[in-house]
Amino acid sequence: MKLKLNSLRAAGIGAAMLFALPAVAAECIAPADPGGGWDFTCREVGRLLSAEGLVEGNVQVTNMPGGVGAVAFANVASKRANDAELLVATSTVGITQIAQGKYPADIDTMRWLAMLGADVGVIAVAKDSPLQSVDDLVAALKADPTSVVTSGSSGAGGWDHIRLLLLAQAGGVEALDQIRWVQFDGGSPAVTQMMGGQVGLVSTDLGEIKGFVESGDIRVLAVLSDDPISAFPDLPTAKSQGYDVTGYNWRGFYTGGGVSDDDYNAWVERLKTLYDSAAWQETAKNSGLEPIWRGGEEFTAYVAEQKEQMAEISRQIGVIQ
Amino acid sequence: MDILTQLWNGFAVAALPINLALIVAGCFAGTLIGALPGLGPVNGVAILIPLTFAFGLDATSSMILLSAVYYGCMYGGRISAILLNIPGDEPAIMTTLDGYPMAKKGQAADALAISGVASFIGATLATIGLTLFAPLLAKAAIYFGPSDYFALYVMAFATIGGISGTDPRKTLLAALLGLMLGTVGLDPSTGVARYTFGSFNLYDGFDPIVALVGLFAISEILFFLEEKAHGGGLVPPGRVFPRLTRVKEGLGASLRGSLIGFIAGILPGAGASLGAVMSYSFEKRISDKEGTFGTGDPRGVAAPEAGNNAASGGALIPMLTLGVPGSGTTAVMLAMLISLNIQPGPLLFERSPDLVWGLVAALYLANFVLLILNLPLIGMFTRVLGMPAWGLMPLVVAISYLGVYAITHAAFDLMVMVGFGILGFVLRKLDFSLVPVVLGLLLGMDMENNLRRALSISGGDFMVLVQSPIALVIYALTAAFLLLSLWLSRRQNGIVPQPPQH
Repeated sequence: MKLKLNSLRAAGIGAAMLFALPAVAAECIAPADPGGGWDFTCREVGRLLSAEGLVEGNVQVTNMPGGVGAVAFANVASKRANDAELLVATSTVGITQIAQGKYPADIDTMRWLAMLGADVGVIAVAKDSPLQSVDDLVAALKADPTSVVTSGSSGAGGWDHIRLLLLAQAGGVEALDQIRWVQFDGGSPAVTQMMGGQVGLVSTDLGEIKGFVESGDIRVLAVLSDDPISAFPDLPTAKSQGYDVTGYNWRGFYTGGGVSDDDYNAWVERLKTLYDSAAWQETAKNSGLEPIWRGGEEFTAYVAEQKEQMAEISRQIGVIQ
Repeated sequence: MDILTQLWNGFAVAALPINLALIVAGCFAGTLIGALPGLGPVNGVAILIPLTFAFGLDATSSMILLSAVYYGCMYGGRISAILLNIPGDEPAIMTTLDGYPMAKKGQAADALAISGVASFIGATLATIGLTLFAPLLAKAAIYFGPSDYFALYVMAFATIGGISGTDPRKTLLAALLGLMLGTVGLDPSTGVARYTFGSFNLYDGFDPIVALVGLFAISEILFFLEEKAHGGGLVPPGRVFPRLTRVKEGLGASLRGSLIGFIAGILPGAGASLGAVMSYSFEKRISDKEGTFGTGDPRGVAAPEAGNNAASGGALIPMLTLGVPGSGTTAVMLAMLISLNIQPGPLLFERSPDLVWGLVAALYLANFVLLILNLPLIGMFTRVLGMPAWGLMPLVVAISYLGVYAITHAAFDLMVMVGFGILGFVLRKLDFSLVPVVLGLLLGMDMENNLRRALSISGGDFMVLVQSPIALVIYALTAAFLLLSLWLSRRQNGIVPQPPQH
């Protein structure tokens, strides 16, 4: 095993030399307080970038919380647009904010590097809940949209909320704006409040509440992925129940809009090398992420497309005009 | 006696030389981090994470190091609160109320010893509670819903009217000011920006720690400048060594404070600050017969210190049994567990007994280390007061700027800090206590979030606030508490107004 790791490492270094990538010193901005998803993305990717020899020394992680990433976005746009050593962590949540006009500028202000994996949305109820499937949920909401109090870790109009509404919409629930939504500071607090009987349903990332799925304290009505996920193959997808809805929360990075093509391409290459490493595949799996790669132009196009989708959904459910 | 066996195994893990070394190092680093204004346990723990990776520590050793830092910070926060009237972190604000007056009377060493012992009692009792009742308490905490949390904050605000010696009306006004400042920023439940004037820097509102450093540290310096102009002096260093008799005076208060703090700690989100506030106001009501609280009463130092240390022990219960962060610091510790490939959650006790019990055992050891470390250091800390003002004051300014900048890396927050400093100076000139301002800001945000959650659940019906039996019990206790203090103050023929504390 050790030999394998070493040879992989050598391969990584070899690849780096092949593409003539000089290792750089690097900084990763996590636009949130320590402990959250973006902080985790910076710390894990930073640790691996340095362990795989893709950057010089350690990656410095800087926490710059504020406005669900808006403060870091504004800071990079105005002060560090040309900084080729900078990575900023972001995710679907950030794109949702941009789509709803909550960031100081649009996506073309930045250069979008890559996504390395995605957390999968999950709709869960307490183990003693009468709801057994998405059909039950949709039927209950159709009969009375206030009958199930729903909750998650984003505010109303955030990604956790939107994913749930997409599912309800796919099921033909019309009174989307009457469904009650409660915001908690994270997926696991929401789940414990559900276990205490305060709310009836939680919509969040699977990675946040993995522990409760394993312990059997909650019942997952649906995971919002295309295929059953590797870590929990028994959990039913929404698609398998006839609802064509997915809700990924990808994790990735952008850098300043003034970074040169060469530096930009070098970062995409470095991240690709990292993505292909055994260490990342292992880390992603352990933290409940499905490894998914999109990089460079493909990723930029994907971000633009997702932003349009989010704006459309937000208009439909009345979050923006 | 399953617990004892497992605890014994835990001690076997914690007593490994590497882990012992980490406990000592963590306690020392934590004390310093806690004492520096601005730098608190969240940052302290976050700073050390890369170090654990660099040393290749396993999950248990990493958690032991971080917990030692966490406990150390709770001990450390009191030091600058007592010596300089500048709380090192949020939970230490209550310690300024009686700690600093003691220092002004030349009893800094006594105050440090009392608070050190109180911290030890609080943290040790909380660790015992954690050992014996963790799974049981976690089950009970689950049934605390948003309307119950709201009731708890109502109780906290109802009781702070009497915490500072000044006019209760001014205390309430100051708390109201804090509550108003707390509404700045994105409304968490709908994402609507309030009072941000289009500035993204205000989207997250005022960080309580930035407000705290500004209100206390910067205003203290402005005061010093003014007093210097009038020829006033610094706090006298007084005795270097504490007296045992004074320490004894705080023992009863420590025990009562520990219990209240522990309960506040178990409830996720309430945390150490609430624990310290409730411990202090409760202690003041039942023991302040001569009106000495606020003028340097040892019991006023012991109660909040025992309270905040017990609360941080209590906060580990939801973290270990449910994987729910009870505070910012435990959120960071949970994130690190995940990155070390350990899934926090209800199964942690079953799956990683070595980690859980090793950690619990390490907490016992850390408490002793902190006590042993802190008592001899008292002499060193009090000598800080002997430093000439031209050296000490610029140092305080520099550390305040550094600490605040390290939290958000935004120059904007430095300006916010200075703004709060000027506000603090003006308020103190007008004889307002600053503690309720910070409490309004700190607790008001959580209070509002829980109110909004309760109303989201009920669809806007306010009756939800009084439909939970837990909330009703809390309201009944609050009413009883207020009636009792009314009766007590009648009997004492009114509250004697205390001189302002600057």
